[in-house]
Amino acid sequence: MTHHVPWLSLAIWLPIVAGVVVLASGSEKNAREARVIAFIGALAGFLVTLPLFAEFDIGTSAMQFVEDAPWIERYNIRYHLGVDGIAMPFLLLNSFITVLVVLAGWDVIQSRVSQYMASFLIMSGLMNGVFASLDALLFYVFFEATLIPMYIVIGVWGGPNRVYAAVKFFLYTLLGSLLMLVAFLYLYNKAGGSFDILDFHRLPLGMGAQTALFVAFLLSFAVKVPMWPVHTWLPDAHVEAPTGGSAVLAAIMLKLGAYGFVRFSLPILPDASHALSGFMITLSLIAVVYIGLVALVQTDMKKLIAYSSISHMGFVTLGFFIFNAYGVEGALVQMISHGFISAAMFLCVGVMYDRMHSRMIADYGGVANTMPKFAAFMMLFAMANCGLPATSGFVGEFMVIMGAMKFNFWIAFLSATTLIFGAAYTLWMYKRVIFGEVANAEVAALKDINAREFVILGLLAAMVLWIGLHPAPLTDIMHASVNDLLKHVAQSKL
Amino acid sequence: MKTLYLLIPFAPLAGAIIAGLFGRAIGRAGAHWVTIAGVLVSLLASLMVLRDVMDGNTFNGPLYTWLTLGEGANVTKLEVGFLIDRLSALMMVVVTFVSLMVHIYTIGYMAEDPGYQRFFSYISLFTFSMLMLVMSNNFLQLFFGWEAVGLVSYLLIGFWFKRPTAIYANLKAFLVNRVGDFGFILGIALVLAHFGTLDYAQVFSQAPAMAGQTIELFNGAPWMLLTVICIGLFIGAMGKSAQFPLHVWLPDSMEGPTPISALIHAATMVTAGIFMVTRMSPLFELSDAALSFVLVIGAITAFFMALIAVIQYDIKRVVAYSTLSQLGYMTMALGASAYSAAMFHLMTHAFFKAVLFLGAGSVIIAMHHEQDMRKMGGLRRYLPITYAVVLIGALANAGFPPFAGFFSKDTIIEALHASQRAGSGIAYAAALAGVFVGALYSFRLVFFAFHGKERFASGGHGDHGHGAQASDAGHDDHAHGAHGGAPHESPAVVTAPLVLLAIPSIAAGWLIGTVVYGNYFGDAVFVAPAHEWIEEMGREFHGVLPMMLHGLTSLPFWLAVAGLATAWYFYILRPELPAVVRAKLSAPVSILENKYGFDTFNQWFFASGAVALGTKLWKIGDVALIDGMMVNGSARLVGWFAGVIRWLQSGYIYHYAFSMIIGVFVLLTLFGMVLAR
Repeated sequence: MTHHVPWLSLAIWLPIVAGVVVLASGSEKNAREARVIAFIGALAGFLVTLPLFAEFDIGTSAMQFVEDAPWIERYNIRYHLGVDGIAMPFLLLNSFITVLVVLAGWDVIQSRVSQYMASFLIMSGLMNGVFASLDALLFYVFFEATLIPMYIVIGVWGGPNRVYAAVKFFLYTLLGSLLMLVAFLYLYNKAGGSFDILDFHRLPLGMGAQTALFVAFLLSFAVKVPMWPVHTWLPDAHVEAPTGGSAVLAAIMLKLGAYGFVRFSLPILPDASHALSGFMITLSLIAVVYIGLVALVQTDMKKLIAYSSISHMGFVTLGFFIFNAYGVEGALVQMISHGFISAAMFLCVGVMYDRMHSRMIADYGGVANTMPKFAAFMMLFAMANCGLPATSGFVGEFMVIMGAMKFNFWIAFLSATTLIFGAAYTLWMYKRVIFGEVANAEVAALKDINAREFVILGLLAAMVLWIGLHPAPLTDIMHASVNDLLKHVAQSKL
Repeated sequence: MKTLYLLIPFAPLAGAIIAGLFGRAIGRAGAHWVTIAGVLVSLLASLMVLRDVMDGNTFNGPLYTWLTLGEGANVTKLEVGFLIDRLSALMMVVVTFVSLMVHIYTIGYMAEDPGYQRFFSYISLFTFSMLMLVMSNNFLQLFFGWEAVGLVSYLLIGFWFKRPTAIYANLKAFLVNRVGDFGFILGIALVLAHFGTLDYAQVFSQAPAMAGQTIELFNGAPWMLLTVICIGLFIGAMGKSAQFPLHVWLPDSMEGPTPISALIHAATMVTAGIFMVTRMSPLFELSDAALSFVLVIGAITAFFMALIAVIQYDIKRVVAYSTLSQLGYMTMALGASAYSAAMFHLMTHAFFKAVLFLGAGSVIIAMHHEQDMRKMGGLRRYLPITYAVVLIGALANAGFPPFAGFFSKDTIIEALHASQRAGSGIAYAAALAGVFVGALYSFRLVFFAFHGKERFASGGHGDHGHGAQASDAGHDDHAHGAHGGAPHESPAVVTAPLVLLAIPSIAAGWLIGTVVYGNYFGDAVFVAPAHEWIEEMGREFHGVLPMMLHGLTSLPFWLAVAGLATAWYFYILRPELPAVVRAKLSAPVSILENKYGFDTFNQWFFASGAVALGTKLWKIGDVALIDGMMVNGSARLVGWFAGVIRWLQSGYIYHYAFSMIIGVFVLLTLFGMVLAR
């Protein structure tokens, strides 16, 4: 299926070009122009993803909006793009969040504005590239390239300990993904000189090879998700990152790893996936329970939300490795939903941080007295974070628990503890920060959210409620592709 | 007709949205008019629906598809839809009627509160959520409503969010309910996994075929599938309907404003669990084990919570513990397969408990937000209307004929007597003992607050009793400047709803012939032929009057009289005695004052335990082991290794030459070994 308009290329390159323009325009003097250009670029980047949604054919599991051109002919590396029902929603999510992040940094970022905005635009394009790549090497290039802007965002606009956090983030994720490259090279040879991901899907592989490849992929994707026990870079990265960085990191970048599992590990290595599913499920459940408890005792709001993210991502990996439609689709919905909710939670902390310059729970108390509108928004997002029905947070968790019950009672039992843990850490934080008497003079001086912040949080709230109240349109997109994926996973390659 | 069904939940929702988002624009009066209009529309529509279902019309259909799940031919549609039958219609009328009364009452009660519009928005939102729960035709929407009422309850308990006790109580309520929901969602997941659908009608029709199925939760120990499902669902009910040991949140929920104590924590939300089990009767009926469990939990709740009510001084807390006890009665009835009796008690209780709460609220207004009964006494002269309605409520609560509570409670006790299920014996004893205690605490409240010596200092209540009962006594303390003057009867906007609720508190019981013995519920409730104890009792039912006359000669009545007499003796005849008894029986009293130690235990074991465990996992697991040893450790290892390498790169030619020779030697050896193979 070919299209006249290369929407996927636009989704990738339009933000990147806009980012380069912003960068070129930039000096400290014309920050305003940089913001405006960045906003126009981000908005245009979002608008070009809308046709992907509007013209998507939900009846097929085939790749759509395919673009295919030789890139490095000598090695048969191709510029091969396409999306199915699994990948497409993430391009929209990513481009949507980018618009919000540009808005969120509007008045807050005062130094090196153009560089800041450019980083996010370029990162957005690169991440779209990850989701749209059908060539493994192209995927690898995009996957690794996203590290650079995020490294810069944390390292330049981050908090006091930003260098440690940035280096930890970079090394952790880079080391993981080097093994992925080795795996790709192996598959390239096996496939007779092709990096085509769809060729990989059809490739027969022995159990030994599958297991080795699984471990290689696992290391790179598990770090990114992040799964326990390779998660400790995330709290540090979030704490030091500026608000926008945290939002993108949680909303999109973590999804790259999870996406890797569905695009590579499950369909290419079905036998190894089945053989190691017990291990994967165990790690996922540790993420839900262990991390849930760790989140409870955090004193830093961003760290708490970071741990909460890990716990929620545990649901994603759990859903993938129970191999039924409920679980896999639930995991995908959870990824999308977590994109909105975690971004919203980090932006909420950002709203308070901009005013008080503290992330510590103990410095707050009684914010509802001075910021009632904000308190209402944060209530909604907090409830979504604990998976209240009618918010998007419920949908994915519910589907995964349902899927887990089909698989095994005790797995469902342990995963359902998130109902308690999630509510405990989220609402306890909410109580200490938002409720109560005005805690100090700084809280007393707080001003409620302005129009810009209202728009950002309002858009996120609308998305959270929309998916919660009517998730069918979203899952309808996924059905065909998920069923096809499950067919692949069910077929042994031995 | 479908439009009418839609109107019932969505009219209050519209009111809630308008009052919530545009509260400032429409002002205080605007907020209460728009929400009252919404609920009134809802009530009228519910009454029309009730008449329609009485004519035999029912409805079961979807509104929209929430989600489709599954692959290929096994597609499961999860829908949002309505099931309108006699069970839901009854609940809809009860909910909307009590809600309307509470809306009107709130105009008076919250008159001076700065959060007036927000309050109306919340209670209308609650009404919407409760109606969605009740009208649902599937488990999913039931869970939606279930959690939504929990959310609104959370928001309302913490309505005065500046008060530390209120925001402690609302968090506690939410978390305890989440423990219940944990069981509930596992039950729902089991239903979906084994029945392949969440639609009530489809699940119920498959249920008999599932009766023989077992699942192995532990190796070698098969459990009946339906027992596990029912216990899971019932754990949800234990959270929402505050059954032992998940009852701990309800007394603390009294931190919320009194109107919501009446609406949410007495009349409607807390009865959701009772309604749910009744709705699920086709499942529960197939598992005797689950019903025995229900029976025992109900018995424990009914008796032990009633005992706590006897020693409380806070007028609202007395009513709160009484609610717990009455919910225990309903739960026992469920356990004895007497679903219609449970629903009937739910209905009468909704009226008389709303009266008691709203009456207590009226006292609280009159006393300038004093809730401690030791500072009341003799109020009947000042608050004649309130006194009358509270007396009616107390008589109904204690189960005296001809008040509503008599009919419903007596039926439950009879059903427990007739039941042959394991556990009925304990339940029957608990129910009888509960009657005595129930009459005692009810009339203790009446005599203590309304009779006897006036213990309030008219002309200003200086200390408000904060010190004496700091942990026990919550105080409704919204801005209230001027104290003083004798207590005065509340305005008509407060007393009118009281009177309107007092009428069914007397008369609703007379419907027993229809609701319980007249097979009112028909197909909506399923009772297995072997469990038709209510039907047997129905054969001996010859009308309301003979039942009352028979009641006068039965044990429960005389137990109630004994309870009343005891209260009279202690609080009117010898008012100095309670203090003496309290001092003599200090050990049991302190057990009751500590509410059997549940709060202490939960705080110590669950709350502090989770925090301690989380801290350990974080400090030892994440910080020391993973980051300290693995991450930073490997960084140090690389650093050390680099140091070694640096030492190797000495810059001396002969070092390099020497190592090269060794290298060549090693390689050649390895090569030779490989070839030799």
